[in-house]
Amino acid sequence: MRLLGELTDNLRNFVATVGALSLFFGRVIAQTPRALMRPTLIIAQIHNAGALSLVIIMTCGLFVGMVLGLQGYDLLQRFGSEDALGTAAALALIKELGPVVTALLFAGRAGTALASEIGLMRATDQLSAMEMMAVDPLRRVVAPRFLGGVIAMPLLTVIFVAIGIFGVQLVGVQLFGVDAASFWSQMRSSVDVADVMEGVIKGCVFGVACSLIAVYEGYTALPTAEGVGRATTRTVVTSAVLTLILDYMLTALLL
Amino acid sequence: MASTASSPAPASASETIIEVRDLHYSVNGRVIFSGLNLQIPRGRITAVMGPSGTGKTTLLRLITGQLRPDSGTVLFDGIDVSSLKTRELYALRRRMGMLFQNGALLTDMDVFENVAFPLREHTNLPESLIRNLVLTKLQAVGLRGAARLYPSELSGGMARRVALARAMATDPDVLIYDEPFTGLDPISMGMIVRLVRQMNNALGLTSIVVSHDVEELASLADTGYIIAGGKVAAAGSFRELKGHGSQIVHQFINGLPDGPVPFHYPAPDYYEQLLTGAA
Repeated sequence: MRLLGELTDNLRNFVATVGALSLFFGRVIAQTPRALMRPTLIIAQIHNAGALSLVIIMTCGLFVGMVLGLQGYDLLQRFGSEDALGTAAALALIKELGPVVTALLFAGRAGTALASEIGLMRATDQLSAMEMMAVDPLRRVVAPRFLGGVIAMPLLTVIFVAIGIFGVQLVGVQLFGVDAASFWSQMRSSVDVADVMEGVIKGCVFGVACSLIAVYEGYTALPTAEGVGRATTRTVVTSAVLTLILDYMLTALLL
Repeated sequence: MASTASSPAPASASETIIEVRDLHYSVNGRVIFSGLNLQIPRGRITAVMGPSGTGKTTLLRLITGQLRPDSGTVLFDGIDVSSLKTRELYALRRRMGMLFQNGALLTDMDVFENVAFPLREHTNLPESLIRNLVLTKLQAVGLRGAARLYPSELSGGMARRVALARAMATDPDVLIYDEPFTGLDPISMGMIVRLVRQMNNALGLTSIVVSHDVEELASLADTGYIIAGGKVAAAGSFRELKGHGSQIVHQFINGLPDGPVPFHYPAPDYYEQLLTGAA
């Protein structure tokens, strides 16, 4: 009976959170046209969310690609199909690993920065001060950060995939001696526009999801040190779980 | 004769810029205000005082429309603040300036940009004019030389003076100060007191100062309200407040450690708790 009560409470909280998040999303979208009229604010946020994440994205992309090269070569050489390494790795990176790992890294690096920044602005009355100056924080603070994240995420995904493929090539071609011509030509003939589009669509959707979670958690954080800490943690956890759920749904839809 | 809860300081309609009528407000079942009435006279400095936790800051947030009352009305120049839509509320707030307890400066901007912020957001003034306006406001608070410092490089008193310059940037009708003296050294406190008085007199503003620094307020404010128990416990000039018969007002004005606001937080019987070993 108590378990049922807890279950009902959790379900009610979940529905309430989804409702609040949807409402918040609607309010942010409503502010988007006015935010777009101040491109300098958005460019600054693309720099914050995108350019400042470049090093971590490129480093991780390189190592994910190199590991994929090792594992892929080990698997394919068992069937004598090492030449297919380029195709296999490229498809894995473009369709899955690129968007998903970039989203997880984005949530950890840019998402937490967004949530804690907005949460601290709430805790130090900066958002209240803006409201008192008749400036809507959703338009001035939240919408540019959301848009910056949404734009940066697909760009980061493309960079991650490109560096990842370079990493695969480094291990497969340079280290294990897979024929370079076969590696690149098979990749070019097998990967079509639809595959690339799948990766781009996933990058965009994950960008919206991760950026929304980050700004929502920051904006609704309790104005205390503990509240901001919790918001930051929730940003990473919720973004990661949502990314993986959305990934399954999008893959099923786009296959 | 000092006024009481049922009859706050009288002020005629034309002299009153803010009027709070029968305000009720509670948070999570805890009653903060139960029938609060007060009037803020135009062009004067009004102090709102009360023991910690009586809801002074909450009252400011209700006056500025950041919170909505459970019942009752808050009238700003005859306009019911709680009935306004967001857009109308923002239009009304351009007539108010608020100084937050910690300054609430935007930490990603320097002092100059903080003061320029409301001008850039609400006007299309040329950059040269914004520069001159900002420097004028900073000169008024004595911080023109700190224009390129960031909030993290300012002392508490300096941050509040910058916030004051920012609040004045759009020339509001009413300036609201939330605990402007908390945590300041005597020199900074003196500066803030002087600035509040100067702003009020030179610009013809109405000022509301929320604080519990009775001595500072006595030298600064024209009239005062003491809030306790969700209502106005006393209102009037400081001379009237000092002679007020209410025990809570007596305790507050004289800074007595015990009285209607007890020294001990409500607890079970001391000896019984020690003997029984209960938590």
